[in-house]
Amino acid sequence: MADNIKLGADAFKHVQVNTAEQEKIAAPSLTFTQDAIRRLKQNKAALISFWVLVVIAVVAIVTIWFSPADPNAQHLAYQHLPPKWGGLDIPFVNGVRKGVDLYATNHVPKGTYFLLGTDYLGRDMLSRILVGTRVSLFIAFLATFFDLTIGVFYGIISGWKGGLTDTIMQRVIEIISSVPNLVVVILMLLVFKPGLTSIILAIAMTGWVTMARLVRAQTLQLKDQEFILAARTLGESGSKIAFKHLIPNLSSTIIIQTMFTIPTAIFFEAFLSYIGIGLPAPTASLGTLLSDGQKVLQIYPSELVFPAIIIVVLMLAFNLLADGLRDAFDPRSNNR
Amino acid sequence: MTDTILSVKDLQIDFKTFAGPVHAIRDVSFDLKRGETLAIVGESGSGKSVTVRSIMGLLANNSKIVTGEIMYNGADILKKTKRQLNAMRGNDVAMIFQDPMTSLDPTMPIGKQVAEPLLLHTKISKKKALAEAVRVLKLVGIQDAEERLKDYPHQFSGGQRQRIVIAIAIINHPQILLADEPTTALDVTIQAQIIHLLKEIQQKIDTSIIFITHDLGVVAGIADRVAVMYAGKIIEYGTVDEIFYNAQHPYTWGLLEAMPTLETDTDRLYAIPGTPPDLLDPPKGDAFAPRNPFAMQIDLEQQPPFFQVSPTHAAATWLLYPGAPKVELPPEIKRRREIWNSKYATKEA
Amino acid sequence: MVKYILKRIGFLLLTLFLVASITFFLMKLLPGTPFNNPKIPAAQQAILAKQYGLDLPLWQQYVNYMVGIVHGNFGESYQFAGQTVSYLISTRIGPSLQLGVQAMIVGTLLGILLGAIAAIRKNTWVDAVATIFAIIGRSIPNFVFAALLQFWLAYKMNLFPIALWDGFSSSILPTLALAMAPLANTARFMRTEMVDVLNSDYIELAKSKGESQWQVVAKHAMRNSMIPIVTIIGPMAVDLMLGSLVVENVFAIPGIGQQFVQSITTNDYPVIMGLTILYSVMLTVVILVVDVLYGIIDPRIRLSGEGN
Repeated sequence: MADNIKLGADAFKHVQVNTAEQEKIAAPSLTFTQDAIRRLKQNKAALISFWVLVVIAVVAIVTIWFSPADPNAQHLAYQHLPPKWGGLDIPFVNGVRKGVDLYATNHVPKGTYFLLGTDYLGRDMLSRILVGTRVSLFIAFLATFFDLTIGVFYGIISGWKGGLTDTIMQRVIEIISSVPNLVVVILMLLVFKPGLTSIILAIAMTGWVTMARLVRAQTLQLKDQEFILAARTLGESGSKIAFKHLIPNLSSTIIIQTMFTIPTAIFFEAFLSYIGIGLPAPTASLGTLLSDGQKVLQIYPSELVFPAIIIVVLMLAFNLLADGLRDAFDPRSNNR
Repeated sequence: MTDTILSVKDLQIDFKTFAGPVHAIRDVSFDLKRGETLAIVGESGSGKSVTVRSIMGLLANNSKIVTGEIMYNGADILKKTKRQLNAMRGNDVAMIFQDPMTSLDPTMPIGKQVAEPLLLHTKISKKKALAEAVRVLKLVGIQDAEERLKDYPHQFSGGQRQRIVIAIAIINHPQILLADEPTTALDVTIQAQIIHLLKEIQQKIDTSIIFITHDLGVVAGIADRVAVMYAGKIIEYGTVDEIFYNAQHPYTWGLLEAMPTLETDTDRLYAIPGTPPDLLDPPKGDAFAPRNPFAMQIDLEQQPPFFQVSPTHAAATWLLYPGAPKVELPPEIKRRREIWNSKYATKEA
Repeated sequence: MVKYILKRIGFLLLTLFLVASITFFLMKLLPGTPFNNPKIPAAQQAILAKQYGLDLPLWQQYVNYMVGIVHGNFGESYQFAGQTVSYLISTRIGPSLQLGVQAMIVGTLLGILLGAIAAIRKNTWVDAVATIFAIIGRSIPNFVFAALLQFWLAYKMNLFPIALWDGFSSSILPTLALAMAPLANTARFMRTEMVDVLNSDYIELAKSKGESQWQVVAKHAMRNSMIPIVTIIGPMAVDLMLGSLVVENVFAIPGIGQQFVQSITTNDYPVIMGLTILYSVMLTVVILVVDVLYGIIDPRIRLSGEGN
């Protein structure tokens, strides 16, 4: 077998091997964040969600100055008009319902169109939905803010100080979370007036609890790691350690949890407005729009469907983005 | 020749990955004889675990068997249906896993876990199966087995758990026992006990063992024959003495040098330089050449065939080619050659 | 274990005491009661105040209220004269409990099933469909889902009663609407757990014993992945309580959720206080039961508990 292979002498020349070369790492090294962003970009659903959210946010903000109509202006003559897009003669957007051109029968002046129709007081649905979206995004922003301030710092302090401080702080969290947050809101509502203030206060009081728990657990883990011990041994102050060492290492937990807080907060506001204890009339919110739409669902389904689409798209986009971020920052979580 | 119980021929296994197929096993052939212990030695990623998993039919979903056959009892394991594989696993062929801390179901009492293979493969009653479980547990050294049947894995120490894992493997008296680094996760003193136990059991139930390890030191205590794997290939095989004292492949030399022994007087531990090749795109010639201080031009161009050293010993290295130059052996290998020569002086002449 | 439970019960009582006290004092901080409406003559107001014990000093009212709670007496409703809060709740809790329990059973069972199937068929179209289903389930608010169910299945297709509480068939749609969120959450949680478990060494060992895929799942994987599911029952209970408020409204079900919303809009403080305390009791009890249950079904915790 092997012996009948004929080989020349030069085949057996000794070659020098350079093993040091091999031990160099071939691929350029990426930082953790770069790596996470690269993974996030590969996630199509998350990427699309991100851009959808950007578009919704831009439209919602820009229309503060360019609103198609006054969202609270009532035209009792124009109640429950179907959508009409200019002169387009396409079903559903030509202003015709059950064969009747309602724009004509209601004497709507030429050139006035309601792109998404009107509600029971003849108010422009599109403008109201835009206001509602703005409210939802504002709530999302606030919830993030409370998560990042109260939640993160509560968690860090509780985990870092340990001992009695930690025990007391954890008991407080336990008490807060054993009261349904709805109850907290209702108590707020009773003390203050129904409106944005009470909702904000309720979110401020309850929304950050999960974040605080996660950050505390992570801080406890980090606390015992060598680089933190080293920083402590070198005499760095507590706050410096928190900002220089803890927060960067907590960042993925914080980002992921924030993204999960947002849809919860949006839902919560819509929910409160829906049951009539959120934003007071006539302010539009996705919740009040849905509640109004629900009342006339059987006759004018579009008045529920349009705000429903917006809230579902918002929630879906935030959820998908959150999932994407979690998979990107914690690759272990999905692709095991 | 003693009769062969298992024969692996020209096995090639790929793993599909996003970057392309990884050639994890490249042309592996070996025989396992009745009653013997074959050790497969190699570093992580050399393909030794994949080889035994293919014998069990337990390969990951993304694996693909390119060519080859694994003959056992006159049938090719690779051609078996799922049902046939299930009938074989845990009955004719059983496996012992690496980490006893994680290989037992944490929520099931150990008695039930040990009795399970018996209940799966025979029509025995539950009561009798549990009685047999007690017997086997005692055999592997869990003395108070009766009282502990209802205990859960976390109530046992690591060594005890590995004994339980062994009990699960041997309860059906398998003909082949595949041990995948069964001592790696254990303390050194426990390692010796488990090796001793495996040898004892092998005699009691008359089984063949394939013992996988990255630690040549463990091999000496248990194996009859040794196969050394590197980068998805077997590069040398022989009896324990042949591998330990008359090794021919530079990689085997490296492994032997890296193994601390009492006799060696150097105070530095040897490590083989470099890293194993990327099996996405394996090198054209000898895969070890880039790390081989004895590499020759031919090593980079052409894969070496096996050169037979003795009827039981062969190595795939161009150094054994009749025309190849003699190389200066590393001191540790020289020392081992001298032992070999004095031991088998008659043969040498 | 017993010591642990007693400690937990003690803490639970403390929490409830705090909730009740905070609720009481917040109510007292409020500018008025429905009775000091200027339209009602002063004499009448005094009579009403006396009838509801509002003329007593604050501390006296507090003591009376707390003593009352211990005896299961939450005072009288402002809205429905002569009806005690306890009676009001007792007549309305039935439908709410039935809906909650039905939704929890449907949600967890289907969620476990969906999550398990997705994990077993990981990275196939089955997994993709289950994942999409779960994420949509998480993203549609339950009041929207309830309205859509009502519109399509009851109004358009006439398959179920549109609303009201009349026998089992009228509970199907509200149960579905309520079960959606727990179902989606359970499915997601179960999938993660099951994927983990299926990759574990003991599953490989089970396979090496000669068990088929289904035997492995049934004997080892299911139990191990279901144990942690218990931990999400607490948050699920919160979801269900919140959900019941809207679902009961959409389907006009005479439960405590609907009553709660009504009481808020009519400033019926005693009922609000009573229901607040009731919700807190239910939530804390569920959390306690879940923790104890977890200790019982997970042998690792159970036995270390005995050792302490």
